[in-house]
Amino acid sequence: MQPFRSHTGIAVPLLQDDINTDQMAPVAAMRDMKPDYKKMLFMRARAEEKDFVLNQPQFANPGMLVTGQNFGAGSSREAAVWGMLANNIRVIVAKSFADIYRENCLQNGLLPVVLDARDQDAFIDRVVAANGSAPFTADLEKQIISGPGGPDIRFDIPAADRTRLLEGLDDIGLTLKHDGEIKAWEQRIAVAQPWLQTAKDSRSNV
Amino acid sequence: MPETLFEKIWNAHRVAERADGRELIYIDRHVLHELHAPHAFETLQKQQRPVRRPDLTFSAQDHTVSTQPGRTDDTNPSGAAFIKAMREGSRRNGIKVFDLGDPDQGISHVVGPELGMVLPGATHAVPDSHASTVGGLGALAFGVGTTELGHILATQVIAMKRPKSMLVRLEGKLAPHVTAKDVALRIIAEIGVAGARGHVVEYAGSAVRAMPMEQRMTLCNLNIEMGGRSGFVAPDDGTFQWIAGRPFAPQGAMWDRALAHWKTLKTDAGATYDREIVLDCSDLEPQITWGTDPGQVLGISGRVPDPSGATDGSKRAAMESALSYMGLEPGMALVGLLVHRVFIGSCTNARLPDLQTAADVVRGRKVAPGVVAMVVPGSSRVKREAEAAGLDRVFRDAGFFWGESGCSMCAGGNGDRGEPGERIVSTTNRNFENRQGPKVRTHLVSPATAAATAIAGRIADVRQLGRM
Repeated sequence: MQPFRSHTGIAVPLLQDDINTDQMAPVAAMRDMKPDYKKMLFMRARAEEKDFVLNQPQFANPGMLVTGQNFGAGSSREAAVWGMLANNIRVIVAKSFADIYRENCLQNGLLPVVLDARDQDAFIDRVVAANGSAPFTADLEKQIISGPGGPDIRFDIPAADRTRLLEGLDDIGLTLKHDGEIKAWEQRIAVAQPWLQTAKDSRSNV
Repeated sequence: MPETLFEKIWNAHRVAERADGRELIYIDRHVLHELHAPHAFETLQKQQRPVRRPDLTFSAQDHTVSTQPGRTDDTNPSGAAFIKAMREGSRRNGIKVFDLGDPDQGISHVVGPELGMVLPGATHAVPDSHASTVGGLGALAFGVGTTELGHILATQVIAMKRPKSMLVRLEGKLAPHVTAKDVALRIIAEIGVAGARGHVVEYAGSAVRAMPMEQRMTLCNLNIEMGGRSGFVAPDDGTFQWIAGRPFAPQGAMWDRALAHWKTLKTDAGATYDREIVLDCSDLEPQITWGTDPGQVLGISGRVPDPSGATDGSKRAAMESALSYMGLEPGMALVGLLVHRVFIGSCTNARLPDLQTAADVVRGRKVAPGVVAMVVPGSSRVKREAEAAGLDRVFRDAGFFWGESGCSMCAGGNGDRGEPGERIVSTTNRNFENRQGPKVRTHLVSPATAAATAIAGRIADVRQLGRM
């Protein structure tokens, strides 16, 4: 996974709640194994709504998305994160995230930020006022977002998520350090609850 | 210290705590589908990592498969690449695939339970947000993305922080024609589409106990539509009877041992949840969504709400946008609105009793002229059993299309979609804009309401059926 330390780019205000993954990555666009994720991102809104924020010239090269509550509701499809990365959007500042979407961000080196409730609206005002004229920076090492229109804003993120993003950790490698414990668990359960460690079709034994 | 059942299952599957503070939770059964798994197979191959437990992993072909009789890999051209990659990736990794033509093919969330792979107190993962459907049988299931899916393939554990716990207690006796679908839509309406975010939900109470397993699965299926990380019902004798004798369930002496353990799977008296809600379901009527998220719900006799009544500006804007997309005005009744299409199917509502309920409404009647009506069974087994019971004749004689099993119009990944501007009444789980086709207007309902609507050609209250 690509490490995330700091990312600077134009902040795009997409000020709605409950934006779902169908909007970001419609199933209808998944016609083969390697679709154009860059084009896929919000493709319907981009095609149908002239004023959609990502159609506005000042947001042609986005770097950060700023949005409302429950961002990424709906399907677990990871294409909804891959589309962000394909457009160089590596930071999403939301009022809250849907659980699976947030996890998919962490798995792909995309920084999900939830600002302190006191800072959220002021930050949105700054992003709207900047209107793409100057970039914002999210610095994960310092846990600060900086940019035009005001002072640096500190954000919290669980230490484990921060480390994982900063180091671009190989998640599978990290888990396999516990391979011995996984094996031990399997051996113990194979004795205590053997039905969990076997999934055989009884029809094939007849 | 009294524990909730969620805590018991979590702790029993906790293998280790990783250096980054995440807990490693063993996954007893992993069920894949072709829209997402092939990408993970490819990544693992590049990393030269084997699948750790192919014997606990199963592949379903469901999202992109055609529902047409005599279908092949290529009947839906957009699905062919996924179906073939799934078959090849599963073969390479030694994973059993329930392929097209297999008598056990079907939607992953339907196939797992009916084959007896889903066991009380077991953990599951599926790369699909509706994974918790199987929670209806007392299993703890997590929906995951593609990278997490690869992680589970390689390690057989999921790495996560323990979610919070929530109790949804449902009391009272459901009125005739009111089902788990109606109950679930009402809960989402009450607590919102993010109301259970970060929580594992236990559904309990007299209304849940009275639900047969298929209804409990419908209830748990919709858990993600209120943002829940997982959702389940503690198992009871009905659960055990439902599972007994299914092909992958334990047999003989092993069954007896398993059963003795399963009977202990209860939340302890005095255990506490991070959050509790109670809903009395006695007066509930059939429910229907009016808007573009599953929390925008009305009782069937209700009226479309007025956004000007919303105090929250963001909520008001969302309601206005939904009304405009759906072509509705505040104060309207939904009953009586012309519909173009009716879909009965999906992991939410395509098990045998769902189809029986719909067939009971349809029997001896005809689909209204101009309405395209479809029934797509949740699995090939459901299809066979429905045919053995003559349900296919009931639907066909009435003018329904009777399809081969798959996800079909739920997300339209197989090409089954509505035409722009159509109003569709659907037993699925998401009424998002454009989900069932560009500009399609979706209303989510129970199978009974969908069936009554197909007959009337207009949104119908199934309780008024005799008067239609």
